[in-house]
Amino acid sequence: MPLKIIASQCTGCSACEPECPNVAISEKGGTFFINPKKCTECIGHFDVPQCIAVCPVDNTCVIDKGLPRYQPSA
Amino acid sequence: MQPNLDVTHQANLDHVLQQVADQKGCGTSGGSGKASCGSGAGANDLPPDIWEKVKNHPCYSEEAHHHYARMHVAVAPACNIQCNYCNRKYDCANESRPGVVSEKLTPEQAAKKVLAVASTIPQMTVLGIAGPGDPLANPGKTFKTFELIYKTAPDIKLCLSTNGLALPDHVDNIAKFNVDHVTITINMIDAEIGQHIYPWVYWKHKRYTGKEAAQLLTERQMQGLEMLTERGILCKVNSVMIPGINDKHLVEVNRAVKSRGAFLHNIMPLISAPEHGTVFGLNGQRGPTAQELKALQDSCEGEMNMMRHCRQCRADAVGLLGEDRSAEFTTDKIMAMEVNYDFDSRKAYQIKVEAERQAKVSAKQDELATLAGENSDIKLLIAVATKGSGIVNEHFGHAKEFQVYELSIAGAKFVGHRRVDLYCQGGFGEEDSLATVIRAINDCHAVFVAKIGGCPKADLQKAGIDPVDQYAGQFIEKSGITWFKNYLDKVKRGEIQHQARGDADIRQGAFIAA
Repeated sequence: MPLKIIASQCTGCSACEPECPNVAISEKGGTFFINPKKCTECIGHFDVPQCIAVCPVDNTCVIDKGLPRYQPSA
Repeated sequence: MQPNLDVTHQANLDHVLQQVADQKGCGTSGGSGKASCGSGAGANDLPPDIWEKVKNHPCYSEEAHHHYARMHVAVAPACNIQCNYCNRKYDCANESRPGVVSEKLTPEQAAKKVLAVASTIPQMTVLGIAGPGDPLANPGKTFKTFELIYKTAPDIKLCLSTNGLALPDHVDNIAKFNVDHVTITINMIDAEIGQHIYPWVYWKHKRYTGKEAAQLLTERQMQGLEMLTERGILCKVNSVMIPGINDKHLVEVNRAVKSRGAFLHNIMPLISAPEHGTVFGLNGQRGPTAQELKALQDSCEGEMNMMRHCRQCRADAVGLLGEDRSAEFTTDKIMAMEVNYDFDSRKAYQIKVEAERQAKVSAKQDELATLAGENSDIKLLIAVATKGSGIVNEHFGHAKEFQVYELSIAGAKFVGHRRVDLYCQGGFGEEDSLATVIRAINDCHAVFVAKIGGCPKADLQKAGIDPVDQYAGQFIEKSGITWFKNYLDKVKRGEIQHQARGDADIRQGAFIAA
């Protein structure tokens, strides 16, 4: 499951954008958006998803349960 | 909030006052370094090279802040730490305090804005990047902005304000773009205390919490401070005074930053109204009273300059400290502006300002000479209604803030300002405004104004504050000294009895002229 950003809570501060190892985050109408095709939940890069670690508003970068789990390729 | 101190406040204050005594007692005043008092530091108080750097910088020289303007450009929205006095979601154009900003700019927009403002306001000498996040958590945008301005308007001084976490990584870049003033916000040097101020820091791809976070932050701050002062970059330290958390500790912070070469310490009151939605605002953490703040500032004023004229500006403020003209320079307006950067007319204007400033200083010196031979322990505060330039030139009823000066036989010393504007207070009407003013200047013996109506005059007198309008249009410090001499004479003749005043309120939020 990739991560998503809850737009109504996003402050648009941009802190997550440069931290994403997959360059999956971009601005969209003042708030930020995670491209689910690119997001790997930071698996293989870091212990925790970087967008969650840097986001100033708790529970704004969350697992998108509506999408299938990310599968790291072997 | 009432100015009356409850028992805890009084105990706190007593403790700080004791520290004042301790600190003053052991203060070494050697031959070098700072010779005289605080934020009013003038040409004779600082080493010449430092004076040259700060004399036109409103945020670093109290004297300059009456004459020169600064602007902040909000190019740095991201932050790498969380502070309990900050709520990054909050964004209200009517509020005014650090870390709050309505419009984010790209480096290119920021550079154009700087040129537009500098052409419109010739006394604008300083460009700072202060947020709304942390400039060094946005290094690309921050340094690109500095680079653009450095190329197009080299006479504008550049400065930045940071929490220090990323500072050691960027010192070389700071030096490269001739950024000659850096402010670091340091609220603690002890992780035990820090854990109550910082819930987390984000460093090297990891979020740290608790004492570990605070330890990391303080180590990086101290390292960054040392690296900057080694390179001769001027460092100011900002500290937020949080009663019951770091108020007593800030004396130690002061020693630590002084020993590492910081040249100015700015202790600011905590801003924590519940409606700001910060952790401190929501859990009822109070800010300091005016007396508590002054006592702490006094206690730290050993050998180091204390800054007392900070207005806790927004990250997009424009204008003199205490005024905000940012609404005149929104992105839409700037992009439509024909900007003609005229170096010569700016220079000419600044020469005129310099002459005014010299006149003010010499008037003060002359008046001070008349105090020679006086002998008295009396120290008292006066509030002054002014529009700037160091002159008593504002009507009592129009004043949005009062400047506070301490008078003694040593002269008139600027010690702070008090907001009295009613902006965003919600529910307070005109009839309450006088009570608000009195609460804000309740620790003053007199209020100097250009003009005042009969009604407020009587109410002020009833509250024990002497309304003084005889110095309209005259220099503040000179007038203060004249009035004080007169006051001492009256006390000597037994016409009046000198009595100490009570405490006063600090209004929440930074000042903006409405």
